Amino acid sequence: MSQDLFHIGGKSLSSRLFIGTGKYSRNTLIPEVVEASGSEVITVALRRIDPASREENILTHIPPHMTLLPNTSGARTAEEAVRIARLARAAGMGNWVKIEVINDQKYLLPDNLETVKATEILAAEGFIVLPYMSPDLSAALRLRDVGAAAVMPLGAPIGSNRGLKTKELVGILIEEAGLPVIVDAGIGRPSEAAEAMEMGAAAVLLNTAIATARDPLLMAEAFRGAVASGRQAYLAGLGAVRNAAEASSPLTGFLSV
Amino acid sequence: MSFYDTLLKLESMPLGEQSGQYGRNDVERALSREKLDPEDLLALLSPAAVPYLEEMAQKAHRITRAHFGYAVQLFTPMYVADYCVNQCTYCSFSVEHDFARKKLTMEEVDREASAIAATGLRHILLLTGESRKDSPVSYVKECAGVLRRHFSSVSIEVNPLSLEEYRELAACGVDGLTMFQEVYDRETYARLHVKGPKRNFRARLDAPERGCQAGFRSVTIGALLGLSDWRREAFMTAMHARYLQDRYPGTEISIAPPRFRPYLGSFSPESDVTDRALVQIILAYRLFLPRSGLTLSTREPAALRDRLVHLGITKISAGVTTEVGGHTGGGGTPQFEISDERSVPEIREMLYRSGLQPVFKDWDILAEAPV
Ligand code: SF4
Repeated sequence: MSQDLFHIGGKSLSSRLFIGTGKYSRNTLIPEVVEASGSEVITVALRRIDPASREENILTHIPPHMTLLPNTSGARTAEEAVRIARLARAAGMGNWVKIEVINDQKYLLPDNLETVKATEILAAEGFIVLPYMSPDLSAALRLRDVGAAAVMPLGAPIGSNRGLKTKELVGILIEEAGLPVIVDAGIGRPSEAAEAMEMGAAAVLLNTAIATARDPLLMAEAFRGAVASGRQAYLAGLGAVRNAAEASSPLTGFLSV
Repeated sequence: MSFYDTLLKLESMPLGEQSGQYGRNDVERALSREKLDPEDLLALLSPAAVPYLEEMAQKAHRITRAHFGYAVQLFTPMYVADYCVNQCTYCSFSVEHDFARKKLTMEEVDREASAIAATGLRHILLLTGESRKDSPVSYVKECAGVLRRHFSSVSIEVNPLSLEEYRELAACGVDGLTMFQEVYDRETYARLHVKGPKRNFRARLDAPERGCQAGFRSVTIGALLGLSDWRREAFMTAMHARYLQDRYPGTEISIAPPRFRPYLGSFSPESDVTDRALVQIILAYRLFLPRSGLTLSTREPAALRDRLVHLGITKISAGVTTEVGGHTGGGGTPQFEISDERSVPEIREMLYRSGLQPVFKDWDILAEAPV
């Protein structure tokens, strides 16, 4: 198990847990959560970054070994997402970007159409694009075709902590999309993260579940373990769940004799 | 279609005092639901909900943490002109009050902006009195141009403008609009707005919708609580917010629940909004509109603000002066008296002490800079 690395965007990651920076009670918790979670990728909203403010700047709290995944939260159109991504790169945040295009302030559901547009432009500019999306197969295939490095379907609406409500659809993406699937949003419990990993998700991204837990550090550790065991179970090959019963010794073996 | 048509229909609901007809069952039902309807909102605002305030607070707190985490955005208003052509019974800037009016020059705007930006604030709300003659759109635009050099988000609170004018402002980087209806009760509105274009109830009521259409990222509305029956006013405000949210899903709709404050004149409010009532209003807003921003102004005293930040508030003003040029010692006439006079660092500390994170910057202006 020790060498099960996740290769993405030219990097090899040993942790499959991506974390966020958005909802903590203080930014100084971030390095501790990084440590407890073992995570190597951290998403940060460009709109929250203020390079001019030494004290309140989130970036100063992110340990240098982390891969920054700036996100375009706040973007309502592809055009806005592209601008935000370029700003992030110009600000020296690297070339990874999580595309978030949301035009629905009630549920914060992503706009897949605009997301495809933004992904196409940014992938062509050399960004490693990880688009946040509603789990829709044709959108995922388009994202793959225009150069996304992975897709990030939601498990449930952001901040809802409802778990893998979109399980069936995410399962289809894992089987069919032909690129890594990172489950993002909705995961509230370690067991749900484990479930996503068991299904074959390449990674999970969480924020609310850790940031708003009573003890964020303990919760970060819990997720670290859950993601690792889910992954282990996937690699071990779960007994397949079939709709039809499967006998343990072949019933039609005689046909080939 | 406009919220006006909805408002006319809503007026036939059991509002204000009549909401006494709601009972414990209605409140409990509202508390158990995830998506509340107007009846639920009325129940939560009714006298029957008073024994349930703690339960409402717990739920509001949970919802707020799930959606917003511990982040509370900071901003401050900046008054650039106090000329006003209206006569509103409850405001110092009213045309009937005789005082030396002021309007900042661009150099002064720049100086004032630098002083505010030096405190770390990145979100600014530009305010003027309502005078198309003294603070026309061109002036607001010019000010916004200066402000965007200092801030990452610029919002405006000025007289109602046309769709075209809002579009023009949005195109040059203004990204938020605040428009208080003041009073939703039409009779009271007519009585309190004695003279001037503000007498046109409908022009004001439709302004936030024009703001949404013009593409402002955030639109904040509110009633000035105390001018009329608060239950009714809070109900209409929340319904207005939901109306906008349903039609303009891309716009972040926020509500501010300001209470009436002392000012130059002698008018005193009709409906006394107690602290308990204010809490009930904020909680009802949060439960009815789980994702809306809720803004708390410095009209409220420090000790109360320290409590209210746990009940669903997502934006809070800090380091406030309601005078034109007040940040650089200009010393104009305040629009009204503020109550929480704490500085930005003090509010920041208060939030940290409360386990909350002050967010100074929550947006970047994406519009091209005007040439
Ligand atoms: S409330 Fe506004 S419109 Fe009325 S007098 Fe005051 S500044 Fe003028």
